[in-house]
Amino acid sequence: MTLWINVIIQGVLIGGLYAMFAAGLSLIFGVMRLVNIAHGDLIVLAAYVALMVVQGFGIDPLTSLLLVVPIMALIGYALQRGLLNFTLGEDLLPPLLVTFGLSIIIQNGLLEFFTADSRKLNAGPIEVQTFQVIHGVWIGLLPLIQFIVAIAVIWGLQVLFYKTALGRAFRATSDDQSVAQLMGLDTRHVFGMAMALSLAVIAIAGVFLAVRANFDPSIGPARLIFGFEAVIIGGLGSMWGTLIGGIVLGVSQAIGAQLNPGWQVLAGHVVFLAILAFRPQGLFPKVSG
Amino acid sequence: MTKVDFVKVEHATRSSRVGVVIISLGLVVLAAAPYWGDRETLRLLAELFTYVALASLWNLLAGYAGLVSVGQQAYVGLGGYLVFALAMLAGLHPIVAILIAGPVSALVAVPVAMLIFRLRGAYFAIGTWVVAEVFRLIASQISVMGGGSGTSLPAEIIIAMAPSRTSREHEIYWLALALTAVVLGAIVALLRSRHGLALTAIRDNEVAAQSNGVDVIRLKFVVYVLTAFGTGLIGGLIFLMKLRISPDTAFSVNDWTAFVIFITVIGGIGRIEGPIIGSVIFFVMRQTLADLGSIYLLIMGGIAIAVMLFAPQGLWGLIAERLGWQALPLQRRLVMHKTDWPAPLKSGPS
Amino acid sequence: MPEPLLRIDGIDAFYGDFQALFGVSLTIAPGQVVAVIGANGAGKSTLLRCISGLMHPRQGGISFDGEPIGAMRAHAIVRRGIAMVPEGRRLFPSLSVEENLLIGGQSKRPGPWNLARIYELFPVLAERRHQPAPTLSGGQQQMAAIARALMSNPRLLLCDEISLGLAPIIVRDIYAQLPTIVAEGQSLIIVEQDIVQALKAAAHVYCLQEGRIALDGEAGSLTREAISAAYFGV
Repeated sequence: MTLWINVIIQGVLIGGLYAMFAAGLSLIFGVMRLVNIAHGDLIVLAAYVALMVVQGFGIDPLTSLLLVVPIMALIGYALQRGLLNFTLGEDLLPPLLVTFGLSIIIQNGLLEFFTADSRKLNAGPIEVQTFQVIHGVWIGLLPLIQFIVAIAVIWGLQVLFYKTALGRAFRATSDDQSVAQLMGLDTRHVFGMAMALSLAVIAIAGVFLAVRANFDPSIGPARLIFGFEAVIIGGLGSMWGTLIGGIVLGVSQAIGAQLNPGWQVLAGHVVFLAILAFRPQGLFPKVSG
Repeated sequence: MTKVDFVKVEHATRSSRVGVVIISLGLVVLAAAPYWGDRETLRLLAELFTYVALASLWNLLAGYAGLVSVGQQAYVGLGGYLVFALAMLAGLHPIVAILIAGPVSALVAVPVAMLIFRLRGAYFAIGTWVVAEVFRLIASQISVMGGGSGTSLPAEIIIAMAPSRTSREHEIYWLALALTAVVLGAIVALLRSRHGLALTAIRDNEVAAQSNGVDVIRLKFVVYVLTAFGTGLIGGLIFLMKLRISPDTAFSVNDWTAFVIFITVIGGIGRIEGPIIGSVIFFVMRQTLADLGSIYLLIMGGIAIAVMLFAPQGLWGLIAERLGWQALPLQRRLVMHKTDWPAPLKSGPS
Repeated sequence: MPEPLLRIDGIDAFYGDFQALFGVSLTIAPGQVVAVIGANGAGKSTLLRCISGLMHPRQGGISFDGEPIGAMRAHAIVRRGIAMVPEGRRLFPSLSVEENLLIGGQSKRPGPWNLARIYELFPVLAERRHQPAPTLSGGQQQMAAIARALMSNPRLLLCDEISLGLAPIIVRDIYAQLPTIVAEGQSLIIVEQDIVQALKAAAHVYCLQEGRIALDGEAGSLTREAISAAYFGV
């Protein structure tokens, strides 16, 4: 019995990470109707940036966030204004194909630069620290920290979107681009800021990923898929729904893995397909306003 | 008696007449390749044909039906595994197995489509990717087909196909040429039909097409299933040619989706000539640059992005717009003719 | 002769291959109220889109306070002091009334208009400030759209068909507020299909017909016949 409780707890905690993958993805879709196929590869890119920072400055991964987050945010702004802004428009093909091309370029660029070797970032003793909640039930310290940070990130995004001028600009631009311009908003800049924010969230997710498990240039697409599944399971348009979606995905994978290690990812896919079949709007879709 | 106008739909233009002649001559030359080409040339040409077919199918899906899939590798791999399974476990002749792989892939595509059609746009695309991943994970669990490491086609099956190695290679070459020609022919026939007209309407403006009575969802569904048919067929052929299959190669995004997309984008989306031109460019580049692996993918990705931004109609699109050419008679032009009215009687007053 | 605030010189505007404006010229002085009337499709909204920067004329020039703005992007033009009340109101549906007003003020131009003054002038908006914009009635939404444009303290306000879809009594109420707005020294371009209101509110009238200026004169001096002829082209 306690075995299963531990399994579920692990699933919940990794669900927070998946929710962070998803948050960056749905933020961009909400503001500019763009689905960034390179999203997962950017998470991996963040992990490699963290690797370079950690090796270059000799600091630990969690501290490296202070550098990795601004670097990734800058990359996001430049990417949006330099490339992706030019793909936005009526046709759905250009942004999809350009971000797909970007995904291939990032993967192979990382492969050339860093080789296919598996890496991992070392956060020190907290990686293995656990504590007992009740008899027989253990929680890892690092996964718990990551989960709390994930909730804080999602809460922070909610506050930003609904209580700040930037968030107002995001929502207005998403509603009506032309009229937003008539209000003095430079939509090119607004989109740049949205992508910068998305990559800032990706940076946090990437560092957590790098500390948690081995990474190499090819694992990007799977992260995109997990983020996407979390969004669909949770329901489009709702940040807290995305958190639930991530948790459901994480728990499904954990249960699958416990039944048979080869079934971990497949279990998540099956749950995703089941939601698609029986409740395609997701568990907590936002009633459109 | 007066002369009145009536309108006829015509397809051919001067350039398309030239195109049809060139393509027909080309087919004859290609069919005779075993007599003028060496082993290496035959292998290369056969591989080229499979990419032309895959890219044309993807083009039909994305360029005409507006369904962008990054998961067609699901059916390539499915076709491959079906051929291996039917040949190894059911003792069927590989060519028969290929011909079965097509319809089975189409059957599998039906429930898949029912699920993923609930997603739209880019989310649909990722959904197709998830499906391919599910197929890959299931394949790696099937131990009788080698599980995660895959399996090779046993020598007896290969030898049973034809008496000598040379005649086997010729047989495979002609099979590749024939299947590709059939796939392309089917696509052209579809585009010339009234369903093809509906597809072109959907491509240009989906809402307008719907309000003119086109059953958009049903047509997209049918196109998706037909594309799966063709992709499964070609997938079976590809792995018969490779003689070895594994989950990672069967369902590889790079091989069966990235290259296919880049080929179609660079050649020209939404035009039937695009994938052909794109495949030729791809192969010429690969031969001259040699297989640099990831650098090669980097370059192709960069070119594809540049094309998408600056010349989204692709290379053939540029040529066709600039010169008004078409290689195959697919255009529909309304041509005015004059005829007598009322039609003259055989006898009676003049 | 005071320097015109806005000068439009012989502009041609196109939607793809379709020409919507042919050599249109127009001037507005500071503090002046000008009406642009015309039938549907005459080019009135196209003219406003060119002034506000959502479209760019292919020929001719537009200058605001001496500065050429014909090729400038819309958000830069707002910062220079031109604000638009778009046709059909077009409030942001995801935002509350107050958030819509705040967005309007986000270019932070100095001037007499701020939230407090807006709420003074339009008390009904103050009552509904936290409601989502789509819950307002048509007339209230129109007031909110005007208020939103005022928040940027424009020197020139463009009103695109503010009477559209509203009951006559509501239209009268809205037009009754205009003198207060102009009293601050703003110029106004009113685009209207409701000729009666337009002539009452404006000092100078331009009539567009199929993309060309067909009539141009002081509101009081124009006869019924002249206006009909220019409007309908008969």
